[in-house]
Amino acid sequence: MTTSARYTFTAIRLHWLIAFLIFAAFPLGLYMSDLELSPLKLQLISYHKWLGVTIFLLTVARLAWRAKHTPPPLPEAMLAWQRTATHSVHHLLYLLIIAIPLSGWLMSSAKGFQTVYFGVLPLPDLIGKDKALGDILKEVHELLNYGMLGLVIAHVGAALKHHFIDRDGILARMLPFLDKENRP
Amino acid sequence: MIRLLAILSLLSSSFAYGAELSAVQLNKSTIAFVSRQMNVPVEGIFKQFSAQISIDPTKPEAGRARIEIDLASIDAGSTDANDEVKGKSWFNTREFPKASFASSEVKALGSGRFEALGKMTIKGKTLESRAPFTLKQEKGVLILDGTFPLKRLDFGIGSGLWSDTSVVADEVQVKFHFVLK
Repeated sequence: MTTSARYTFTAIRLHWLIAFLIFAAFPLGLYMSDLELSPLKLQLISYHKWLGVTIFLLTVARLAWRAKHTPPPLPEAMLAWQRTATHSVHHLLYLLIIAIPLSGWLMSSAKGFQTVYFGVLPLPDLIGKDKALGDILKEVHELLNYGMLGLVIAHVGAALKHHFIDRDGILARMLPFLDKENRP
Repeated sequence: MIRLLAILSLLSSSFAYGAELSAVQLNKSTIAFVSRQMNVPVEGIFKQFSAQISIDPTKPEAGRARIEIDLASIDAGSTDANDEVKGKSWFNTREFPKASFASSEVKALGSGRFEALGKMTIKGKTLESRAPFTLKQEKGVLILDGTFPLKRLDFGIGSGLWSDTSVVADEVQVKFHFVLK
């Protein structure tokens, strides 16, 4: 594998940072929504919303970067359906990582709780307070998240399969340190 | 001269007395508030209250107000919050169903602005408080609008865990809008 066969370091850093934040925001969201109203709940909801805004902004940056920096090619040995599946999962993941924070933002507005980024920067409410709409958006937010959970499982599973079964070095595109270790 | 002024003011206050009694149009009046939760402004209202206000714009000093709020009629922004704030650590509406404000003095601050001073009673605790307001005459009605900061912890509203002001700020902005006929 040549060095040009990996993602740029900017793309790699953004990928892992966004992944890390999603792995924090997802369980936090699940946990906090079942809590009884308490100061802790209000704090956790705010942290969750700040994480969501951060994930959204970083993903916009990642997409802008990607638009100018073509990802490395997939290994030649990959079959057509595998390529299609890979691209579909990647595109759907981008779509959801953008749509999920947006649905959370709209849901917050509809429920009458503005998003104030880091407790400092108020984001505008795109829609007014509307309880029924807020409940629907909560469902949408949850459904999109379970959709993303499925995609992330597929994504991680495929990466591990490529690494441990196919041994095609594809994971090293995103984890360059594997490159040295796994070269024969 | 001073004596003359005194007589004049006595006269005018007795004159004003007749025009003073105003009927508050409750369905057009509101008592709302904005609390800050994690620095997020959250609006709420009290749906039930009674108000006796008498004020003559030409003689505001003779004005009087008595407001009584049915605390259980609170809409604090969400169902969860509505249940919570009626509880013991917040308003404890079972023991203290009403909050009240009774004016003792109305001062003119100039340029259409006034201030009501009086006693605020919430949760069994009475404190001196002041509420600035404006008066506006419009199509046969008198509109009284004001906002004042209320420090919730002064009255023990939101005690225990909820006294952490980094989550729910101590200061709550109370906004009132009364339409008088």
